Amino acid sequence: MTDVQQRPATTQAQPAAPLPKGIATHPLVSQWIDFATPAIARLRTGRVELGQGNVTALVQMAADELDLRMDQVEAVAGDTRVTPDEGFTSGSFSIEHGGQSVRLAASAARSLYLARAAILLNAPRSELSIEEGVVLRRGAATPHTYWTLRDSVDLRVEVARHAAPKAASERRLAGTSQARIDLPRKVAGSGFIHDLVLPGMRHGRVLHPPSRHARLLSADLAPIEAKHGGITTVVNGSFVGLIALHPAEAVEAIAEAARRCTWSAVPEAPADPVEAMGSSKSPSVVTFESGDVSAAGGRRFETSVSRPYLAHASIGPSYSVALWKDDRLSVWTHSQGVFPLRQALAMVLGIAADRIDVIHADGAGCYGHNGADDVALEAALLARAVPGSPVRLLWSRADELMHSPLGPAAVVKASATVGGDGMIAAMTLDITGQPYGHRPDREGRANLLAAEYLEGAITHAPAGDIATGMERNSVPLYAIPNVRVTKRVASELPFRTSSLRSLGAYANVFAIETLVDEIACELGKDPLAFRLAHLKDARARVVLERLAALCGWPGASKEGEGLGIAFARYKNSAAYCAVAARVAAGGKDVVVTHMWSVIDAGEVINPDGAVNQIEGGMVQSASWTLKECVRFEGEAIASRDWPGYPILKFSETPEVSVEIVPRPDDPPLGVAEAAQGPSAAAIANAVHAALGVRVRRLPLTREAILAASM
Amino acid sequence: MAESIAFILNGRPAQATAKGSTPLVYVLRGEMGLMGARIGCGEGHCGSCTVIVDGKAVTSCDLPLEAVAGKSVETVEGIARDGKLHPVQQAIIDEQAGQCGYCLTGIVMRAKVLLDSNPAPTRREIATALDGHLCRCGTQPRILRAIARAATAIAAAK
Repeated sequence: MTDVQQRPATTQAQPAAPLPKGIATHPLVSQWIDFATPAIARLRTGRVELGQGNVTALVQMAADELDLRMDQVEAVAGDTRVTPDEGFTSGSFSIEHGGQSVRLAASAARSLYLARAAILLNAPRSELSIEEGVVLRRGAATPHTYWTLRDSVDLRVEVARHAAPKAASERRLAGTSQARIDLPRKVAGSGFIHDLVLPGMRHGRVLHPPSRHARLLSADLAPIEAKHGGITTVVNGSFVGLIALHPAEAVEAIAEAARRCTWSAVPEAPADPVEAMGSSKSPSVVTFESGDVSAAGGRRFETSVSRPYLAHASIGPSYSVALWKDDRLSVWTHSQGVFPLRQALAMVLGIAADRIDVIHADGAGCYGHNGADDVALEAALLARAVPGSPVRLLWSRADELMHSPLGPAAVVKASATVGGDGMIAAMTLDITGQPYGHRPDREGRANLLAAEYLEGAITHAPAGDIATGMERNSVPLYAIPNVRVTKRVASELPFRTSSLRSLGAYANVFAIETLVDEIACELGKDPLAFRLAHLKDARARVVLERLAALCGWPGASKEGEGLGIAFARYKNSAAYCAVAARVAAGGKDVVVTHMWSVIDAGEVINPDGAVNQIEGGMVQSASWTLKECVRFEGEAIASRDWPGYPILKFSETPEVSVEIVPRPDDPPLGVAEAAQGPSAAAIANAVHAALGVRVRRLPLTREAILAASM
Repeated sequence: MAESIAFILNGRPAQATAKGSTPLVYVLRGEMGLMGARIGCGEGHCGSCTVIVDGKAVTSCDLPLEAVAGKSVETVEGIARDGKLHPVQQAIIDEQAGQCGYCLTGIVMRAKVLLDSNPAPTRREIATALDGHLCRCGTQPRILRAIARAATAIAAAK
């Protein structure tokens, strides 16, 4: 079965590409694909649906390689019992890495079946093809299908030996806009983990400490059990929860429990944590250096920008169901990583990981490391008190806004030196913030909320940032000969932070792209032309040039209106993304009226899906940029409900236009986080164009504009 | 045995045995097994639990069961006709106006009420009608387009 050699070399898409990590750790075709169900190809992927449509794109890729219709492919995503361990669904890697694994595995399966059919039909492979799962000979159906041949083809062979992915020109589905496979059920009223009903399911609620380091002093919960029949209370260290037979009863009882618990005082914390961050004395480290920034002479420009702490603020609260039965724990979760969560649960619960099953089901929108993992541990802790009964645990809105990890604030001080030739000769970024990437099982730590305060909890020193966290997109893509980047973790700040969509890129791109804009304006140069003059990367130039055409740059501005542009290539390795924003800044608040984006994401599997991600990225970033800011009272989070943490409303939503640069022959590049940083900078640059004011401290509210114009 | 509360659910008589003070959304999701009304905030701020009571779109997380006694309650499960999705649902699929989709069922109910009273709303009118609904994925532009498309489809079918 050396099928790879039998296919003409011209049909090989990227023969020399290294194996994706998923295939390296799960090398067998059988670990990805099976035909056990009649008329269905089951695809197993470690990548999970977070609301971004990745599973639809993965099904497209599999169906393409298998010559099946999309509805003949059923995806199982993120289940420790059956799927490959692909770590976390994060970093916009689902298609770049996860998709390549699926493509290779599916192509290998097709090759193996065709080889088998060739033997049975005594026909040369060149005469055979597959359509909707049926083997054809010279275009005519044969009796053989994936399912009739199932028992005579062994898929326990290496993907790498049999993979023969199609060339771009042979693909029928990848590269075409396909409808999301999960949307019909979701718009009809089902399809979420919150809708999972198990027999005998009980309803949990938990009481979190008022702030991260506050601890339980006393809990008198016995009267609650006595008053309400069927309620079980759980207290373990500072973890307080209860299980009820009915959901409304659980809500009522937890309110009563709150009155029966006393906590230590909420620790003090800086009243303005962003300002405290800006004067942090923590040591800094150099994360990037090229040339010698101190040697460059010329006119110097400086800026200092900040972003506040941001909440994930998903519309659906974090949720989990857990069941302890026969010494095994099953957990249903909308976590980004079922395997790392399993390890973390094993660590905290003191049982072997192989006694835990972690099963993904779709949650509400996930924009990074939110409360999904935390609520899973809490459901498991509650379920342990009622073995044999599944326990569902829904966080409240206040739980969601107060106890999920936060997207950390950051202060970015940037400088640039412009030489006599009018070109930027040097740029520095000095970033201060709190860390990203505190995900379950990282560095042998559980990194789960309740694990911090269970009885006998291990106290860890404050963790550092991940590499590529705070400094993500801190190195400009512009051709600047001397660049130096430093970062500093303000470990004196007590807040629990982790990854939120685009991580450090949001603040760093905001800093770089508002600084470049400022330099261009100060030098009397067109901001677009100034950027192009510094860009050697042809693909970067194309997205900016096409953006200019799309948005009508520079356009004519009415009084109080402005158009701003910005650009970045996400992580300097994923999708290229240029964004323009038009604002009307004459009224009470800044209104973004239109946003445009041009992206180059290499091969795009589902163009409409990618457009949807970029549109959503722009609108979400507009919400962060214009409105959002977590507020604190000491260490406690004070923005606890939607009125306290407003996000962009429908009536505040801009029109959006997105264009994709088609590059079907290039490797796919992650797209889902590409728009966050450029959108923020484009809005701020548009505000400058409208009002002549540079707002450096986000969010970009009327008050911030007034403060900046003083 | 608690006294039951009677109301009309999606055109059929229904009896709920929960306490009268129980928020309607728990009754719908628990006793009635209808998951279309979603719990988002429990405080009437996000709109994801929106249902229609006697023709008006209301949040069901802050509406006690006893308040719908004798009234007509419609949920997203009850608006399909002859096995076809409601035009607003269909337009959302046609426009691919969803990312996570959690907010959509509440928005569908609000939009149905809007289009029942204003068959040709402007973008601004649609947006204003939806201001009690939150979408976090940034799908608002598509949702606005979808509702305008549904209005056109409904008008064309008449």
